[in-house]
Amino acid sequence: MRRFSIAPRRLIPLLLLLLLVVALATACTDPMSTIDPKSDNTRRVQDLYVLVFWAATIVFVGVMAAALIFSFMYRERPGRTAQQIHGNTRLEIVWTLIPVVILAVIAVPTFDTVIKTTGDAPEGALEVIATGHQWWFEFEYPELGVTTANEMHVPVGRAVNVKLRSVDVIHSFWVPQLTGKTDMVPGHDNRLWFTPEVEGEFRAQCAEFCGTSHANMRFRVFVRSQGDFEAWVANQKKDRVAPTADLAKQGEQVFLTGACVGCHVVRGTAAAARVGPELTHVGERTTIASALLDNTPENMARWLRNPPAAKPGSKMPNLNLTEDQIQKLVAYLESLK
Amino acid sequence: MATTAGTLPAVGAHSGLWSWLTTVDHKRIGALYGVSAMAFFIMGGIEAILIRTQLAVPNGTVLEADRFNQLFTMHALTMIFLGVMPLGAAFFNWFVPLQIGARDVAFPRLNALSYWVFIGGGLLFVSSFIFGGAPNAGWFAYAPLTSERMSPGSGMDFYVVGLLMLGLSSLIAALNFAVTIINMRAPGMTMMRLPVFIWMTLVVAFLLILSLPVLTVALIQLLFDRSFTTHFFSPEEGGNPILWQHLFWVFGHPEVYILILPSFGIISEVLPVFSRKPLFGYAAVVFAGVSIAVLGFAVWSHHMFTTGLGTVPQIVFSASTMAIAVPTGVKIFNWLGTLYGGNIRFTTAMYFAVSVIVLFTIGGVTGVMHATVPVDTQQQDTYFIVAHLHYVLFGGSIMGIFSGVYYWFPKMTGRFLHEGLGKLHFWLFFIGMNLTFFPMHFLGVGGMPRRIYTYDADLGFDTWNMVATIGAYIIAVGMLAFLWNFVRTMRQAPSAPNDPWGGATLEWATSSPPPEHDFDVVPEVHDRDPLWYNRDHGVTTPAAPAHLHIHMPPPSYYPLVLGGALLLMGIGVLSHLAVTALGVVIAIYAVWAWTLEPTD
Repeated sequence: MRRFSIAPRRLIPLLLLLLLVVALATACTDPMSTIDPKSDNTRRVQDLYVLVFWAATIVFVGVMAAALIFSFMYRERPGRTAQQIHGNTRLEIVWTLIPVVILAVIAVPTFDTVIKTTGDAPEGALEVIATGHQWWFEFEYPELGVTTANEMHVPVGRAVNVKLRSVDVIHSFWVPQLTGKTDMVPGHDNRLWFTPEVEGEFRAQCAEFCGTSHANMRFRVFVRSQGDFEAWVANQKKDRVAPTADLAKQGEQVFLTGACVGCHVVRGTAAAARVGPELTHVGERTTIASALLDNTPENMARWLRNPPAAKPGSKMPNLNLTEDQIQKLVAYLESLK
Repeated sequence: MATTAGTLPAVGAHSGLWSWLTTVDHKRIGALYGVSAMAFFIMGGIEAILIRTQLAVPNGTVLEADRFNQLFTMHALTMIFLGVMPLGAAFFNWFVPLQIGARDVAFPRLNALSYWVFIGGGLLFVSSFIFGGAPNAGWFAYAPLTSERMSPGSGMDFYVVGLLMLGLSSLIAALNFAVTIINMRAPGMTMMRLPVFIWMTLVVAFLLILSLPVLTVALIQLLFDRSFTTHFFSPEEGGNPILWQHLFWVFGHPEVYILILPSFGIISEVLPVFSRKPLFGYAAVVFAGVSIAVLGFAVWSHHMFTTGLGTVPQIVFSASTMAIAVPTGVKIFNWLGTLYGGNIRFTTAMYFAVSVIVLFTIGGVTGVMHATVPVDTQQQDTYFIVAHLHYVLFGGSIMGIFSGVYYWFPKMTGRFLHEGLGKLHFWLFFIGMNLTFFPMHFLGVGGMPRRIYTYDADLGFDTWNMVATIGAYIIAVGMLAFLWNFVRTMRQAPSAPNDPWGGATLEWATSSPPPEHDFDVVPEVHDRDPLWYNRDHGVTTPAAPAHLHIHMPPPSYYPLVLGGALLLMGIGVLSHLAVTALGVVIAIYAVWAWTLEPTD
């Protein structure tokens, strides 16, 4: 009995370590992996993570090994008597100092990284104001005169200085591969900066519980070449593309005479209410509903049919649109490239 | 037995429902705490199973968003305030008087009051599921999500009133145990001869006394914000939501130690007894416990590293948090030192105790990862934190509490839990919890945020979520094994001798279960391990006199009446203030009658 109860426990550390390596290798390729850095600051975090990871693993393996070895070596045996040891001051001082040393080794680069990453952004950083709303993100580029929602575009190789705001509750801005998180606190502006190092599309999500649809409050960051970014900005600065197809033209009428104008902006039209996401160029986005759904006509129709069904608690109510109105609106919104 | 000052009939029965409602016996109150807390623990477990079932697959459809948010909020509140804390209180009640050689706690009626306020607050909390929805803003309840405008239902009012009641209960108990430990020790039981479990109880008592008032202030401010339009936490009116976070975590971090130190105390009793040797470095273990408590008040902002604290506070709280790893490490090394050179009996209690060393260490080293602020900005609010906290609270607290259950069961009931079923329970818990919580490290590193009711299929979260859910079901089966063991054991006749394990501390000097007055003769203490000293030096307990004339406090129903009055006051805040007024009237009557109640 005794032997059987010890043996499986000896295998557990080996299995766990094996699992650890395999699992971390797969976690590396996940779209929101925290250990797949693609910016200067996440690379700094990664260096620190590797150091702490190995320190933690060594301590854990040491404790685990001691617990198992002692459990096995000193298990009850006929004729064995326990050694009546009350303590050993010298040993206890040593094992108080060992953690102190390990922690000092971790602390120095930690503080160094804190100072580097929380300091001011480098000169010439792109200014972006990110505002959290229940449950979507707004992005303003004050120097460029651009406002958009849920999809943030930045040029590669240039620092981005993000000012973080919230209009309702606390949200948190987090793009795992580009930056660690910082909260968006109402009444208390925060900021963070990072320099993206490779082009690509990055998944992101609100990281502070913010109510019913916290799980659905997502966004994307597009890191583009300088040229692509400039082209994007140039397009964003334009008013909406006036619809040419009949259905889209009718859609604009539905939009401007219905409830839509109460909350949304479409520059070049009378719609100028800044409650919900800016829609001037919604057709060129890859996603809708705070990056919850791919931007397809089907998904747009699904969203318009009943927003709270797609995103529980959505502040956009079910407007009870007719199928005819929905088809026209979809044609219009998809034309807003 | 006494007649009482009130108009109700005198009480004096020793069995039946009435005897339980009026008891002031610390052992019976301990039993009430234990059974109630186990029931709440199972409830919290069911909440966890529902959460895990929803998350087993991407885009799960078992629960709706708001119900899920209620469940993760209530899971935390239930496990912390209604499960683990009162399970600790059950052991404090049972073993503080027995281990220090006292006949009861210093204030037996207050002790009963603390239980009745606890059960009132607990039932109020749970009833929120029926009356308009449970709290759904997380157990941390960050402002301004908790404002009347953002959370218009009654859920957050239940949160405020429930926590105020539970806090009051804990505060009463903490003062009672602190006074008991300081004043009621048997002759020769100096502070540095106190069992480590008693030391940890004392430390927890002071943590509660110092941290709960902060939570109380914050809760009353929140109550005022919600009910009387004050603006402590509402930014649009000049309030500060970050203030709530500071107040909450000044309580909330010491709370972590309130949850873990009882378990540390328990395994510091179990490891030496089954290794058959004294605890290695007693003074260091005690001093480490006290240090953890002191430092525990200086680390709260590590829960707030992402709120924009600024460079200097981040460094300061990072350093203080790393510092707390030192005394924690000392404890772990001393427990390992206790195993070294022993002659170890692997009972179920010992299985659980040894597992605490290993599992808690996992939670400890990941804690150091979070103290590393830049790493924390990636891990904060991800499943990595969920993994970390469950290794601390399940691997540390729960496993330690079950070690105590198996260890002390013969003393509490006179019966042995079945060892085979116990080991089955252990392995199901051990394997189940590792399957549940270890993969959460990978989910966190892979970028899965906490508190999300749904996730996309293309993020690589599906495999480990399924594994975690399977693990949760294995834990549930382990709990069933324990319950079956409990029922089966309680059906048997008592058979346990006074000292079945060769224990070192005073509770093993009296009968199993102990008489109402605990000890026929108050023991005299000559050593840190009094029973081992007596065994080795041939000291025998003096025979009890033929006729015992031991004065014990009489039963009283005023704690129950006062507890009920406080519950009415709470219900009034949630419904109609007239109910609160009624509660106040009854409370005044109860306190009045309480003070005039004869004590002999």
